[in-house]
Amino acid sequence: MSDTFYDLMRRQGISRRSFLKFCSLTAASLGLGEAGAQQIAKAMETKPRTPVIWIEGLECTCCSESFIRSAHPLVKDVVLSMLSLDYHMTLSAAAGEQLRANAHETIAKHKGNYILAVEGNPPLGEDGNYCIYYGKPFVDVLREYAKDAMAIVSWGSCASWGCVQAAKPNPTRATPVHKVITDKPIIKVPGCPPIAEVMTGVVTYILTFGRLPELDVQGRPKMFYGQRVHDKCYRRPHFDAGQFVERFDDEGARKGYCLYKVGCKGPTTYNACSATRWNEGLSFPIQSGHGCIGCSEDDFWDKGSFYDHLTTIRAPGLSNLGVEGTAERIGLTALGVAGAALAAHAAVSAVRQASSRGRNDRVSDVEK
Amino acid sequence: MATYQTQGFTLDNAGKRVVVDPICRIEGHLRIEVNVDKDNVIRNAVSTGTMWRGLEVILKGRDPRDAWAFVERICGVCTGVHALASVRAVEDALGIRIPKNANIIRNLMHATLYSQDHLVHFYHLHALDWVDVVSALKADPKVVSEIQQKISPWPMSSPAYFRDVQNRLKKFVESGQLGIFNNAYWGHPAYKLPPEVNLLATAHYLEALDFQKEIVKIQTIFGGKNPHPNWLVGGHPSPINVDGTGAIGAINMTSLNMVKDICDRTIEFIEQVYIPDLLAVAGYYKEWAKYGGGLASQNVLSYGDFPEKPGDYSNDSLWWPQGVILGGDLKKVHDVDLRAPDQVQEWVTHSWYKYAQEQNGLHPFDGVTEPSFVLGPATKGDRKEIKEIDEAAKYSWVKAPRWKGHAVEVGPLARYLVAYARGHKEIKEQVDSTLKALDVPITALFSTLGRTAARGLECALTARRMRYYHDQLVANIKAGDLATANVEKWEPSTWPAEAKGTAPVEAPRGALAHWVKIKGGRIDSYQAVVPTTWNAGPRDARNQIGAYEASLMNTPMAKPEQPLEILRTIHSFDPCLACATHVMSPEGEELVSVKVR
Repeated sequence: MSDTFYDLMRRQGISRRSFLKFCSLTAASLGLGEAGAQQIAKAMETKPRTPVIWIEGLECTCCSESFIRSAHPLVKDVVLSMLSLDYHMTLSAAAGEQLRANAHETIAKHKGNYILAVEGNPPLGEDGNYCIYYGKPFVDVLREYAKDAMAIVSWGSCASWGCVQAAKPNPTRATPVHKVITDKPIIKVPGCPPIAEVMTGVVTYILTFGRLPELDVQGRPKMFYGQRVHDKCYRRPHFDAGQFVERFDDEGARKGYCLYKVGCKGPTTYNACSATRWNEGLSFPIQSGHGCIGCSEDDFWDKGSFYDHLTTIRAPGLSNLGVEGTAERIGLTALGVAGAALAAHAAVSAVRQASSRGRNDRVSDVEK
Repeated sequence: MATYQTQGFTLDNAGKRVVVDPICRIEGHLRIEVNVDKDNVIRNAVSTGTMWRGLEVILKGRDPRDAWAFVERICGVCTGVHALASVRAVEDALGIRIPKNANIIRNLMHATLYSQDHLVHFYHLHALDWVDVVSALKADPKVVSEIQQKISPWPMSSPAYFRDVQNRLKKFVESGQLGIFNNAYWGHPAYKLPPEVNLLATAHYLEALDFQKEIVKIQTIFGGKNPHPNWLVGGHPSPINVDGTGAIGAINMTSLNMVKDICDRTIEFIEQVYIPDLLAVAGYYKEWAKYGGGLASQNVLSYGDFPEKPGDYSNDSLWWPQGVILGGDLKKVHDVDLRAPDQVQEWVTHSWYKYAQEQNGLHPFDGVTEPSFVLGPATKGDRKEIKEIDEAAKYSWVKAPRWKGHAVEVGPLARYLVAYARGHKEIKEQVDSTLKALDVPITALFSTLGRTAARGLECALTARRMRYYHDQLVANIKAGDLATANVEKWEPSTWPAEAKGTAPVEAPRGALAHWVKIKGGRIDSYQAVVPTTWNAGPRDARNQIGAYEASLMNTPMAKPEQPLEILRTIHSFDPCLACATHVMSPEGEELVSVKVR
């Protein structure tokens, strides 16, 4: 018999009272009321640990490495008490035939009820033989395991968009998962890699609420990818004030000014880095002095140098106006919220003003 | 092929074929096939890398200052090593000298990776080859506590603690959902540890899983995130400000304090948990000092690392020395020159690529990679499903690198042998005292056990080295030096029309180097020869076998259908296949063109 999360907690010596308290706290931290707490308790009492098959195509294992960095919850608790990670290339004790049998067993026993997590992507060139599993093209294995899955989680930018191996000229025809599997719900969790707590946050959300998170039009959980790095960046006031790092290690860099002029892609990147931050909230690229390279965005490898000012993004000729247009377009199409477009507009307008007034001068009339 | 001799091994593929695909608990995709004789002893071994991504062609025409970010994505396990090799190679090409602080920060980040990567390898990628998790259920927690207190001052040592871990494990097993432990080799006759040591190691498997994420926070402080922190051509992106306005946004007193604290806790964990466990487990597996040596007793290569002087990779500057040992002669260590056309070369005779002249190897500055996925006539199966590979033909996505034509092993054991032969004081003392503690001769190093032991000993050194670099950084700041980046040659307009550069990194898994050619401010060609390419590579034009293949030879298997012995030896190298198989043409999109040197 499969065990429920609640059974497991009880058998680990956790009292019913503590269990309910845990549910209340969880509900509170998620901004839910007493009804939410009851919902969480019910979910945990009735569900066996959700089986997960985690496969890897063309990738670098940075997603798995990020996953094991999770502090809240600790990954050992995820693996021992929340999920049943039945197949994982990097963590499973079994290999070869034995590991393959694990996947078959999970598919047979939990038809329609397991999650297929995909790290990396299938190459379609050379009949799929740029990535071979058990002697077969990886894309065939992906299709086989996806067939009876409840849902698919596309970990990282490889599975979500294609990432580095799909950068021009994409010699292996590396292809994101949603272009190969078209009949299953797919949650994209982009980033190279995604933030650890975003990964475990998506997983625990599904387990807790018994449903997939709300997704944006591109298939990303809104709760983590609904805003730009720029929107929550602690250096934003320097951007608004026109105080920029002009060169690495200059006075502005040492004072923590905005990295926009040395290429920061925060204004066009949807991710939780500036709010959740990395490695238990310790830092994120901008905080450590380097601009955002936009690693959670589709095609980010092919949008010019990481050190180019954003004006080069699809803005031939009209640099400043171009940025504005681009930011506005991104705001409107990707987010579909007029307010965000307005914010982007305001931000870029501020830059335009700043650059017209000379460097590092304070701009007093920043648009709100 | 029936039988042939190479490098002192007799290969015979007549016996039963055993296929292990995928090899788990590694990075990337690796398939191993062996033939065993009637006594189940391995008489033929075939290592097949089963993925290829083509990163180097993607780099053609890009800005060389961006290259580190692309190549960093070669591997997320040994994260940062390719980025480091890239910024070093580009700086070599453009003649950029980085500030002292940047060199110290890079060394610190590199030592940090070593400590975390080796720790994760031992507990999460390798331990389950030696530790029977299910047997731990039978352990007496009181006895476990006594063992723990005898071998280490580590405070997590009470009977109650081990009872808790055992209870959690028991309930996990009873749930019927064994997750990552499902369908493994529990109860296999090759497991030798008593239940108490199994429980001890299982408890530390979980503790190490918690702790490894702390170590990498040093990379987060300086690089903004981990995996895949940020780097910079010309120095390091994180500025230093310990005094004035804005200090809170830079490397400052609080971040330096945190770095120091992490260094000290890392030293403590490695010395009080990892090393005592390694010695305790090794004591039960001394017979593994007889198996798995492969090429280690013959040819080993190390590029060395941790330069004291920025950009200087000579033995005067390096903490770990570079060198090559051939034929097991520890008295003569050869010098490595990455630019010498006759030293590092790659062959594709048995790899899924084409050269105009396949009997020749090519130096990376002249490297060519034209994929050619063709299966040999003796293959069982076809392109849709390969049942057994034909190693007489092309059989791997990994190339076969050679040093002056010799197949070599790289990695912790190779580094230790080179350092030992070069008379490195710290390493010599450490090796001698460990051999004494385990009561085994120096030849015991040439083995699976020796490789695993060398990695642990090295981890103890790198943990202490982290603290050394922290102290060095503080001292340098105290002396008034705040510079972290040299931007004099940041703008492409300051670069020569054409330039080429190369630089080594001694990565956790072994010798790594990148070669870059720059033309008109853009990358003209980019090549990387990677540790796992050296180790996992297939046969070459002379049918010499690679390090993985050699290491499996003549190992007896208890139950060939449960290939625990293969996992032990292959895991002792810590395979990283994404690294090994990214190689690509410098010709960019023209995958059909072939350049001949």
